[in-house]
Amino acid sequence: MAELKFPSPHEAEIIPGTEGWERMYPYHYQFTTEDPARRKYEESMFWFYDGLHYPEPMYPFDIIWDEAWFLALSQFNSRIFIVPPAMGIDHRIHNGYIYITPLPVANPEEIPQRAEQFMKRAGYYYQNWDKLHDNWEEKMKGIIGELSELKIPALPEMEDESVVFDGLGISTGYTLLNAYDKLIDLGIKCWQYHFEFLNLGYAAYVFFVDFCQKAFPDIPLQTITQMVAGIDVIIYRPDEELKKLAKLSVELGVDDVAMTGKSDQVLAAMEGSENGKKWLEAFQAAREPWFWVSTGTGWYHHDLSWNDDLNIPLDAMKIYIEKIRAGESIDRPTAEIQKKRDELATGYRELLSTEEDRATFDNMLGQARTVFPYVENHLFYVEHWFHSLFWNKMREVSAILKEHKFINDVEDVWYLKRSEIKDALWDVVTAWATGSNGRGPLVWPKEIEWRKGVMEKFREWTPPDAMGQVPETITEPFTIVLWGVTSDSMTNWAKLKAVAEGDLTKVVGFPGSPGTVEGIVRVCRTVKDIGQLQEGEILVAPTTSPSWAPAFQKIKAAVTDVGGVMCHAAIVCREYGLPAIVGTGSATSRLKTGMRIKLDGATGEIEILS
Amino acid sequence: MNISKYVIPFEQCDLSMVDRVGGKCASLGELMRANVPVPPGFAVTTDAYVRFLEDNGLKDKILKRLEGLQDGMVEEINRASEQIRGWIEAGSIAEFLEDFFCEYYRILSKRTRTPACPVAVRSSATAEDLPGASFAGQQDTYLWTRGAEDLLDRVKKCWSSLFTPRAIAYRANMGFPHAQVLISVAVQKMVRSFTAGVMFTINPATGDRATVVIDSNWGYGESVVSGEVTPDQFHVNKITLEITNRTISDKAIYYTTDPETDEVKQLETEDERRNQQTLLDAEIVDLAKLAKGIEKHYGKPMDIEWATEKTLPYKGEIFIVQSRPETVWSRKEARPVAEPGKSALEYIVAGLIQGKKVR
Repeated sequence: MAELKFPSPHEAEIIPGTEGWERMYPYHYQFTTEDPARRKYEESMFWFYDGLHYPEPMYPFDIIWDEAWFLALSQFNSRIFIVPPAMGIDHRIHNGYIYITPLPVANPEEIPQRAEQFMKRAGYYYQNWDKLHDNWEEKMKGIIGELSELKIPALPEMEDESVVFDGLGISTGYTLLNAYDKLIDLGIKCWQYHFEFLNLGYAAYVFFVDFCQKAFPDIPLQTITQMVAGIDVIIYRPDEELKKLAKLSVELGVDDVAMTGKSDQVLAAMEGSENGKKWLEAFQAAREPWFWVSTGTGWYHHDLSWNDDLNIPLDAMKIYIEKIRAGESIDRPTAEIQKKRDELATGYRELLSTEEDRATFDNMLGQARTVFPYVENHLFYVEHWFHSLFWNKMREVSAILKEHKFINDVEDVWYLKRSEIKDALWDVVTAWATGSNGRGPLVWPKEIEWRKGVMEKFREWTPPDAMGQVPETITEPFTIVLWGVTSDSMTNWAKLKAVAEGDLTKVVGFPGSPGTVEGIVRVCRTVKDIGQLQEGEILVAPTTSPSWAPAFQKIKAAVTDVGGVMCHAAIVCREYGLPAIVGTGSATSRLKTGMRIKLDGATGEIEILS
Repeated sequence: MNISKYVIPFEQCDLSMVDRVGGKCASLGELMRANVPVPPGFAVTTDAYVRFLEDNGLKDKILKRLEGLQDGMVEEINRASEQIRGWIEAGSIAEFLEDFFCEYYRILSKRTRTPACPVAVRSSATAEDLPGASFAGQQDTYLWTRGAEDLLDRVKKCWSSLFTPRAIAYRANMGFPHAQVLISVAVQKMVRSFTAGVMFTINPATGDRATVVIDSNWGYGESVVSGEVTPDQFHVNKITLEITNRTISDKAIYYTTDPETDEVKQLETEDERRNQQTLLDAEIVDLAKLAKGIEKHYGKPMDIEWATEKTLPYKGEIFIVQSRPETVWSRKEARPVAEPGKSALEYIVAGLIQGKKVR
């Protein structure tokens, strides 16, 4: 393999006009040359850009999830399960983009001891997976309940009498500060739970992958994923609910009503008939919790949920109603998926050359299938349900800041760090308590305007794939499976780059689902655009999520900017037998609606024909 | 039709008959039994050869002539070869044998709806095509033989090819007694290949047993087998039958038949076809299916020669021309990929400790 060279993290480009950007993010995220030891450490590590989670620069508030998983993922590796050779994943930020690096255990002599601990601890989780997992679901529902019930109080002119007569002894000012702390705390806690199973889930999956690749050097990653993927996983539930509602509207004869106008008109019109009311009842039941599904990945505050904009699910449902009216099936081909999954597993098993390997295969596959549903399901609980509620609670906090003129718009709050918000709230409540004016209005609106400009410049900048030194081996399971950092992928980065810089008629990404097709491009930047899709077009999107599901009924292939072999678009396309190319980095900007392209989902190559 | 002593159609041959019909015919029969489309034909058995030698009083005469010859005696071997081959080619085939051959040839022509069906006449030695002792290519092949007279002539030539200087020297060197090596002759309908090539039921580059690798060029398979062109290459997943990789090469030359002379000749590929995919996707998948079936029948990775015959741009008719066990990977000892007897957790720990190489 050609020598891979990446810039030193301390020589990374500084964008003119953004000087001082560092204060937008936690101080320990900066690369620094001030201390020789820290400088040496940073230079010697391999920092790669986490484009998988962050296709755009970080908002100062949204970095909360990065901090949350910085802690949670790392601690489960290093201090809880004691992954033998791997410590945590360190984080840095440059020009608003997150760079991460896995840390190996420094002293190899500790590894055998760590392995012993890991066998005991991880072994307990693997053995009691289902029981612990049920427990996990309860815990998650518990904190989601706490979150929904959390009140963000507005500051009253005068406290209610009950404060006095019930002898409460605290003010709303205190309660507001406390509620904000509680809100942040629930978010951090939720991310603790997020990783309770994920590290072990990925580990089991990684080494099943490893076994398959040793036995079958040509096996595509997508095929292995197909063998372990769950059939009945809740991340598909929101879409299933939508299909049920579409069917119900046809059965009840209210599909015409469902097909008309905007969501408020549809819902009002449904009230007008008995059958309409029946449908509404089912609709309201489905909203909790399934409509908390995000229209994006859930990682950014701007990823709205269906509940935030009912036009999104109702418009998507129209696609299903049209299909039902045309006499087509809208059901997921679960029987076929099951059959395919079994055929693959049996087929590969038969081709193994020894009885011993067949036993190992059964073992590893069984383990991977036990853990994999978690890998898929946690997304709904954390990134969708919890996050969607969380962003809205934050908007309530923001409304108070706006009311006190600390910010001009509710959506400005995302330009503040969580610690700055806490400071600002102190400013608000002490001013409220004293009857004076807070300093905030003189500070924050100006700072936010400046930060918006900086973010704009960050957006126009292209972050390098990686910085620092490439290591010999990587032992950290997430780095291998989630970010796909292997020698192959790094070669692919180089290839993507060469193609992006050279041949203008080609776009290259990762093979997501096999098959070759030729067709017309439709670029959909958000899920709201999927209504424009024509039958048989090729969907080109930044990324897709479960709320994009109806789009897959119409298209003949999908291309995304972000994502790996386990991303939503790849999984769904494999289910429906459609080709998919994911993680192209630039498809939505290089391909235009109406272009004719030819793509090969097995190689990841796209050719622009006209 | 009863199994005749002297002539046996391929469909009645199987691997238990190697000593009578030779390795090539036996394996063609085996393929037919596995429902693999093989160009039809028949075997002229070793009994026919023995009978011919007896009728012409050649058996002892030949053995006597070969006495004392050793590997390295180039001149002596050359002279003996020339003399023995002369005896055989000048010998006469008994009338009843001639009738047998001609009758089967007539049936073949009728079956393939081709008057004076062009056939390939090839030797099918009893020690050929066996793993570990490959005589492949040591005997002659006569392509595009047409008409009974030519057929009889080429059969004798095949018989005599058992005594080429190379074959004599080889046997002397390997210690095979000349008297024990008999020869059968395969008479097989010629395929007018539109495309042809080879395929492996294992990826020869990686040893992946789930991959069928197909090499293909226009015309006869010769250009692929000899390595004169870089063929198109297709990888097909055996389980899903998906084409997982395709490399379309620049194919400078190909072999085809001159319609005037029925002779095979090398041509330069027309510009518009040089960089075109030589097989339709549907043909690629059909070939992979056949490869799977053949491997299953033999129970081991196979190396297969194939051809397609067609006149329309639609899917052609596929024929398997030859098939033998793959030699490189199948010789490797089957060792478990993972240390056996480990629990999934132990495997995970071992894997974690090892890590993934990135450089």
